[in-house]
Amino acid sequence: MINKAGIEQYLYASFGPELKFGRWLIVSKAFTDKLVGDIGALLLDDQVAIVGIGYSGFSPATPSQSYKELIFDAASRAYAECSVNPRKDVGSFVCCEEDLWEGTSITDEYAPDQLGAAQRTLCTLSQDGLNGVATAYMHIKSGVASIAVVESHSKLSNVLSQSQVREFALEPYYERPILSDGIPVAAMQMRRFMHDYKVAEEDIAQVVSKNKKNGLFNQRSSYAADVSVEQAMRSPFVWNPLRRIQVAPPADGCVVAVLASAEKARSMTEQPVWIKGIGWNSASTSAESAVSSEALYAKEAAKMAYKIAGVDSPGSYFDFAEVDDTYAFKELQHAEALGIADMGVSKGNTQADAPVPINMSGGSLSLGDLVEAMGLVRLLEAVQRLRNAERKRSKGLKRALVQSWRGIPSSSGAVAVLGVE
Amino acid sequence: MGRSHAGRNRGDYGEVMGMENPSEPQGTALTPDEWRGKEIFFRNFHTKFTYSWDTGVAIGHFLEALKAGKIVGRSCSGCNRVLVPPRMFCELCFRPTDDWIDVLDTGVVNTFSISYVNNDASRREQPLFVAVINIDGASPGMGFLHLLGEVDAEQIHVGMKVRAKWKPAHERTGAITDISYFKPSEEL
Ligand SMILES: [Zn+2]
Repeated sequence: MINKAGIEQYLYASFGPELKFGRWLIVSKAFTDKLVGDIGALLLDDQVAIVGIGYSGFSPATPSQSYKELIFDAASRAYAECSVNPRKDVGSFVCCEEDLWEGTSITDEYAPDQLGAAQRTLCTLSQDGLNGVATAYMHIKSGVASIAVVESHSKLSNVLSQSQVREFALEPYYERPILSDGIPVAAMQMRRFMHDYKVAEEDIAQVVSKNKKNGLFNQRSSYAADVSVEQAMRSPFVWNPLRRIQVAPPADGCVVAVLASAEKARSMTEQPVWIKGIGWNSASTSAESAVSSEALYAKEAAKMAYKIAGVDSPGSYFDFAEVDDTYAFKELQHAEALGIADMGVSKGNTQADAPVPINMSGGSLSLGDLVEAMGLVRLLEAVQRLRNAERKRSKGLKRALVQSWRGIPSSSGAVAVLGVE
Repeated sequence: MGRSHAGRNRGDYGEVMGMENPSEPQGTALTPDEWRGKEIFFRNFHTKFTYSWDTGVAIGHFLEALKAGKIVGRSCSGCNRVLVPPRMFCELCFRPTDDWIDVLDTGVVNTFSISYVNNDASRREQPLFVAVINIDGASPGMGFLHLLGEVDAEQIHVGMKVRAKWKPAHERTGAITDISYFKPSEEL
């Protein structure tokens, strides 16, 4: 923390009492140089890093574990990676979960035990996991905590009324009397997007084929498959123009991330992944989101994150991106909003060798939809790829873009800029 | 999802809230006639959510034991506690728990409450006794919520010794209700 007391302490420690002559400071060139250098280093050290990340599940169903056991498993792995004792070292725990997906009201009351957070500082956000990362980031930046933990999970296999939960998310006065599920909202958004941006069916099938195939290289993907563009185009309609294969199927799993201040991070891991910037945004309510072909929430969240990270031209800054593809067309829409693709790009960045390859992990189309945990899932994929920079498919990758969306009918999302330098 | 009770304190007081004196509602200028006469618009919506929660290792084993007429816990060698209901991790030590422990089906009433009304505010013929039971063999303060039976309201007290009244084996399904209730285990 840089404040007046800190600077005085620093001056005294560095130069001792001889610094003062009467009421005047004796200032030499060497002194000012050192001051500028050290304050610069201090400023640099104001960063926040991801030092540990663990996961469990990643399967269409996880009948052998309760959600608590799933979380304990993921948390144990995350803590082990960076030698953290949650009972002593962690200053803040952030859980991201939604009551209706849990089937429990005030579900935050059941969050502490399995994270090692009993009788400690914990808060729950009814938001995507990447928003949780933003909260933990702020807790560290503000000095509330030097180590913070973010958790989110999905037990969608236990929710037998998924369609009703989506219906419950629709506007109650004038939308719910008309529609009984959120999926058609996605279908209508897709049509308008295709219309405005002249996107062909084939371009969307291309996204499906790429992500399903990318998933074959990822052990966590439950729904990876060698699907060709032609096969993807023959998938039956759920709600025309939305085809079944373009919708991420549900999956269970948990991700726990450990964040730390720069000072702590360097001693906790050899491979800190720095959060260079983070942003989040809620655009507007559901009715409009059905007709808006632009993902404003992603655009605005990116603007915020890019400003913090100092990203001027995202198209050349990032080495790869993990982008929301809950519905295949969303990947194209989000890529456009994030500025990593010119529209029509559909063709460009859907290739693995594109300037900014998108969803090398396979995305939601391969990994499945883990609802609130999805932002942390994409973070996990990006962190692991950045750490494995020597591997063939990750060679030289140093800067990643992670984006999440809260799903139909929401227009909320978050963006994180990650780097290993 | 906010607190489920927030904002419920409005409406047709006499009927909805089961209040004794509907002529003195608090904090609203609306009359029951305005509500009944539909002078105000409403949008009603009903839904039904169905869940099927995986019990996992700890609770799965707990329920399996109940079906067999036993109560089990898990021991933690970190803090030397026996956790009932069992869990696969210790929330104080943050480590996996160690062993399955058979505890007793007796215990002590930690606290209790007596209800004379049903959920819809109608009068009960027999009062309902709800209690937290500290189970013998578990660590101090550990146990679970259950009902009390074969006891009168005046006899129940904090510290009362109780024993599980099990359902007959063929009626047990692997549920907490395989115990019908706890009843006094000593002469009162
Ligand atoms: Zn313990």
